[in-house]
Amino acid sequence: MTKLLANLGHQVTSRLWRLGFASRFFLAIFLYSGTSFRRLQLTLREVFFSGVMSLIIIMVSGLFVGMVLGLQGYDTLQRYGSAEALGILVALSLVRELGPVVAALLFASRAGSAITAEIGLMKATEQLSAMEMMAVNPIARVVAPRFWGGVISMPLLAALFSAMGIFGGYLVGVVLIGVDEGSFWSQMQATVDFREDIVNGIIKSFVFGVIVSWVAVFEGYDAEPTAEGVSGATTRTVVTSSLAILAADFVLTALMFRGV
Amino acid sequence: MNRTALDLWVGFFVAIGLAAVLFLALKVGNLSAASSGETYALQAKFDNIGGLKIRSAIKSSGVVVGRVTNIEYDPANYVAVVSMQMDARYKFPRDTFATINTSGLLGDQFIGFEVGGDSEMLKAGELIKKTQSAVVLEKLISQFMFNQASESKDKK
Repeated sequence: MTKLLANLGHQVTSRLWRLGFASRFFLAIFLYSGTSFRRLQLTLREVFFSGVMSLIIIMVSGLFVGMVLGLQGYDTLQRYGSAEALGILVALSLVRELGPVVAALLFASRAGSAITAEIGLMKATEQLSAMEMMAVNPIARVVAPRFWGGVISMPLLAALFSAMGIFGGYLVGVVLIGVDEGSFWSQMQATVDFREDIVNGIIKSFVFGVIVSWVAVFEGYDAEPTAEGVSGATTRTVVTSSLAILAADFVLTALMFRGV
Repeated sequence: MNRTALDLWVGFFVAIGLAAVLFLALKVGNLSAASSGETYALQAKFDNIGGLKIRSAIKSSGVVVGRVTNIEYDPANYVAVVSMQMDARYKFPRDTFATINTSGLLGDQFIGFEVGGDSEMLKAGELIKKTQSAVVLEKLISQFMFNQASESKDKK
């Protein structure tokens, strides 16, 4: 019994310790992020690795999600004789929810895991310690550029996801099924508001970018410097950031779209 | 610092990302004119606002001339007080008639302005005196049914 309690206490304290360290680490990134903007090439390199390399998966997934929305939405809406509202359904669900959330989930598994593995391996091969020996701050040189690269890429990827999804919905709804093109676009434009829907979606994706990048660099930096430790950290990145994205999405949605 | 292929790719990525945002802003959403330009406030009291919501449109001759900014209940007079934000380009006479209409049979509800003949215009913050409540479809149908029933009784 006491052993059980001691075990529980140990678990709780170690979780709390990690949470505290993660918060301090978050502040340290901001403190040392001067370098990543002064030497912009470092950050651009990370935008390339996490943003440009995720382009294909984001665009193709966006297209397919939009196409599925078009099919399913049409199937339900035509029962009520309002198939013209398909544009609204596709655009609102993508811009408000699916765009930011699914893009962030894909980004976490595509780019977040890669960042964790890279930093974790740098730690395991003692590159981070070597940098410290040379008086180079690894947070400024390695962590902050990767963090900002992710934060910059995420809103752009989410916007691309939504745009491709709407195109996919158009493809299925208008070209394939034959919903009237004029009402598809005009009803969409009449309902989707720039500030209420699109800007809120961009704010969401920005927050998700911060979450994914933070979790990824922290898990990498905190990884046990062994092969096993790095693989565990990579798994934790995907699990933790996916859960954090969904939880944050609920909070943000409750704040943004409450009852209006 | 020299240009690299990497810069080109990042530039390409940022460009299509921004193009997607622009597409969403212009083609998908509406950069609503009423929210960006000069506006003035008006109020109106209704017995029943039906399904009117905040941000519902205010139309005159079918053109959007403003938006609903707030809906409150007046506990002294038991009526709904609707605050509206009107486009400053459009002025309306003081005897303008505000009605709550429905677009289509089951569509969104909006406030329609039927312009009167008064030479004085409504000033900012003023209350519209003549209003008509929302038509409740259920009431209308039940009235129709009752009329039908009484008519058929008369024939006998």
